[in-house]
Amino acid sequence: MVQVRGCQCAFSPSGKSREAETKRINKELANIRSKFKGDKALDGYSKKKYVCKLLFIFLLGHDIDFGHMEAVNLLSSNRYTEKQIGYLFISVLVNSNSELIRLINTAIKNDLAGRNPTFMGLALHCIANVGSREMAEAFAGEIPRILVAGDTMDSVKQSAALCLLRLYRASPDLVPMGDWTSRVVHLINDQHLGVVTAATSLITTLAQKNPDEFKTAVSLAVSRLSRVVPSASTDLQDYTYYFVPAPWLSVKLLRLLQCYPPPEDPAVRGRLSECLETILNKAQEPPKSKKVQHSNAKNAVLFEGISLIIHHDSEPNLLVRACNQLGQFLQHRETNLRYLALESMCTLASSEFSHEAVKTHIDTVINALKTERDVSVRQRAVDLLYAMCDRSNAPQIVAEMLRYLETADYSIREEIVLKVAILAEKYAVDYAWYVDTILNLIRVAGDYVSEEVWYRVIQIVTNREDVQGYAAKTVFEALQAPACHENLVKVGGYILGEFGNLIAGDPRSSPLIQFHLLHSKFHLCSVPTRALLLSAYIKFVNLFPEVKGTIQDVLRSDSQLRNADVELQQRAVEYLRLSSVASTDILATVLEEMPPFPERESSILAKLKKKKGPGVVTDLEDTKRERSADVNGGPEPAPASSSAKSTPSPSADLLGLGATPHVPAGPPASSGGLLVDVFSDAPSAMATLAPGSEDNFARFVCKNNGVLFENQLLQIGLKSEFRQNLGRMFIFYGNKTSTQLLSFTPTLICSDELQTHLSLQTKPVDPTVHGGAQVQQVVNIECLAHFSEAPVLSIQFRYGGTFQNVSVKLPITLNKFFQPTEMASQDFFQRWKQLSNPQQEVQSIFRAKHLMDTEVTKAKIIGFGAALLEDVDPNPANFVGAGIIHAKASQIGCLLRLEPNPQAQMYRLTLRTSKEAVSQRLCALLAEQF
Amino acid sequence: MQFMLLFSRQGKLRLQKWYVPLSDKEKKKITRELVQTVLARKPKMCSFLEWRDLKIVYKRYASLYFCCAIEDQDNELITLEIIHRYVELLDKYFGSVCELDIIFNFEKAYFILDEFLLGGEVQETSKKNVLKAIEQADLLQELFPCLKRPCVARELYVRGRCQVSTHYCERT
Repeated sequence: MVQVRGCQCAFSPSGKSREAETKRINKELANIRSKFKGDKALDGYSKKKYVCKLLFIFLLGHDIDFGHMEAVNLLSSNRYTEKQIGYLFISVLVNSNSELIRLINTAIKNDLAGRNPTFMGLALHCIANVGSREMAEAFAGEIPRILVAGDTMDSVKQSAALCLLRLYRASPDLVPMGDWTSRVVHLINDQHLGVVTAATSLITTLAQKNPDEFKTAVSLAVSRLSRVVPSASTDLQDYTYYFVPAPWLSVKLLRLLQCYPPPEDPAVRGRLSECLETILNKAQEPPKSKKVQHSNAKNAVLFEGISLIIHHDSEPNLLVRACNQLGQFLQHRETNLRYLALESMCTLASSEFSHEAVKTHIDTVINALKTERDVSVRQRAVDLLYAMCDRSNAPQIVAEMLRYLETADYSIREEIVLKVAILAEKYAVDYAWYVDTILNLIRVAGDYVSEEVWYRVIQIVTNREDVQGYAAKTVFEALQAPACHENLVKVGGYILGEFGNLIAGDPRSSPLIQFHLLHSKFHLCSVPTRALLLSAYIKFVNLFPEVKGTIQDVLRSDSQLRNADVELQQRAVEYLRLSSVASTDILATVLEEMPPFPERESSILAKLKKKKGPGVVTDLEDTKRERSADVNGGPEPAPASSSAKSTPSPSADLLGLGATPHVPAGPPASSGGLLVDVFSDAPSAMATLAPGSEDNFARFVCKNNGVLFENQLLQIGLKSEFRQNLGRMFIFYGNKTSTQLLSFTPTLICSDELQTHLSLQTKPVDPTVHGGAQVQQVVNIECLAHFSEAPVLSIQFRYGGTFQNVSVKLPITLNKFFQPTEMASQDFFQRWKQLSNPQQEVQSIFRAKHLMDTEVTKAKIIGFGAALLEDVDPNPANFVGAGIIHAKASQIGCLLRLEPNPQAQMYRLTLRTSKEAVSQRLCALLAEQF
Repeated sequence: MQFMLLFSRQGKLRLQKWYVPLSDKEKKKITRELVQTVLARKPKMCSFLEWRDLKIVYKRYASLYFCCAIEDQDNELITLEIIHRYVELLDKYFGSVCELDIIFNFEKAYFILDEFLLGGEVQETSKKNVLKAIEQADLLQELFPCLKRPCVARELYVRGRCQVSTHYCERT
């Protein structure tokens, strides 16, 4: 078009050099900017031309930071093209929190009120494209009226329906339900199929959240569907797509019905079944066209129909027919259909009516695993095998998955490993088979075997006496291989350390041979594994007194006693001492066989769920690592769940020093005091209600998102945002178990004093949290005046008959209401002097708790909320910051200065604000961070 | 649908439509990641893939990739036909559409899309109705004499060489 022509010659799409393009564009941008800034007012046409050019440049991938105002001006033009370009610019370039929104809203309001259908359409499209909260506030009341008004044109109705849908998705609280809802439902009966198509989307979304209000939609949708589906291809004119009658509408109606259980009214129910049968029958008819569009549209309806059949899960006849149909697709020449059939069958496998029917396709699915060329299809095949597995076919499926694992794509190996491990455990009739499978898993894909998997095999072996001898024999044999994976060494070390005596009778696996076998791997292993092996050796001392001398020699060697690694050195010293000073009785008590683990949900299953589940809290893994390391004081990442309560965990620590209940309270008097440290370093943090919550609280002072609390039942994650004196916090409660948490009630507790300073508002959450599910609670926060306490989040719930209570401090701290302030050196010192009153300054001198790293410190000060001021302090090693605390009642300016002393590993922190209490609180909060 | 992207075989973004609020940074990141992922796929592979917690449905027409991100419960096949219907609309409007049409008449491509899809949902599936709306708008435009349709650069290219036409795509 004319308006872009100026740019075209330069911006050839195939691209000359990138530099030349940028140069040309910068020149053009400068030109446009000067036009916009020039004295001469631009006429509408030129304004449109330049706005259009800007848009073009933006779409080429360059940033645009001006022209918004000119685009807004175009909105009030009464020329269609100018208005249209203005709206397009705004739809593409204005993001929802722009300051221009108010101006844009005024223009939209005028166009909506003007009742010119073309202009109304443009305005509605714009609302639907931007969809911001401000727009919802302005128009959520008006649009329903337009939608149901008798004189609105069809095309405007369509736009209004989807516009409302977008606003509802963005801000459901702003769209009021009212008497318009019943009239919207009746749009399903509208004569104009386009209106029905648009309205059905809206109704589906509304019905998901308010099922009762839209219940009448079910019978209307069924009757509409029964008129559409059997239509001949000519009946619906332009709504027929490649001989398929209104496929989009059919899919949407079927989707709407999936918001509800099967209809109760037998007549409606019968009609729906008839429809679904028709859909299934049509799949068997010869195609009316060879075009792929015909079969895609037809099958889109079919798959949606099958989804509905699975959702209802009540008609065995339909379920089995669906399964057979999908079975045909499994061997279809279209890759897309094979993919979808595998995916859809996964859900069918979980229905009791069709599980057996799905199982008959096992050979086809295994074949798909072997022959499909597309990894995403193979992934679906793995999923389906996992879903169709039961006791009868587990050995076959596990064997096939193991075989596939040898050549599987790296991207999906970890998931397959988890699945194999779960199936092997779930359907193990014979635990020898289970042990073999897991060892095979480690052999084939050791790098992908996560800690959970090998912890689990040890838990199971420890708990099942009948398999212990076999396990010891098998790992012993597996360890004979010249190169074996480190995970195998871990499992081998643990199992031989516990149950090596069960095979010691055989001269081929005498204690000494066992020991030499393990020790031959020692030097190739990482520190945590070596630590585990050392523990295995000390267990050997107890099991086999005859090898004590050999083991003591090994422990005594310089490579152990003087190892550079503190953990290894400490273990070597302590174990050597223990073996020489303790009497046989004491040794036997300390090194007794591990007690059985309490039965609980498989940690692997939890991991798989987590992998698949919504990953809202991003740094979950980190938090787990950090915290468990804190609690155990050791380098090895023990599973966080087991450290919270006193369940013995098969972490790299054989003795279970941290947590085993049978460890004697005090060490033998003669053991020289060293052991005392080891024994006492663990428990204090664990006994309390919410272990580590204080630690986590401090971690949130400088950041807003992360995991606040976690034990083996519950995880609490936070996401929060603050602006001036307002804030919003999303609290995510994740149920880590596989069963429901009942009467789940989180309460926010503020002391009386705090209530006058901080206002918190929230809504109650659903009292039932399903297994593996996550619920969210939003807290709206307003800072009324400065405060120093923190609110407490107290949660009660019932889990398996017992009441649980968790209380954690909620990290809403004064510094969250900081607004950074940039200022020059001169200003800073002037203000600093103004705040020289002794009560206004608070100073703290403290020892560094973390590494003194300049970049980390900077990040923390910025995270704290203050602006980091460069080139202010004469000493460049010091940090200087400034900001304003926003409370409703007042605003308090704050200046801070942090002086590190790396030689002494100390900091001096100085805070100056106009209020003593504020200085004190901020100083206390920030001092904890370094 | 959460968003739709059109990009060329060289990875150049030609059209973007976002139905969920995202920051510019996030949009760029998503685009980069998806363009890479999709371009790396071989011709015979299936048109669907899992990506983050979304499903990606894509199809190649001549030199252009059309790529939609839909949610878990959305229907993949019907999305594939959404793409096709959009191509048909462009094709009908421009008369054998080619990549250059979409580059230089980008505003038309957006207007047609807005008539067809709104807020990520299908608004009007009838080809006649969508084109009628666009043609009416063009008619309003013709009332003002300053606008001419043909553009110089496009005429210089040999028509048909880079067509996105519906007949062409049948094989892909």
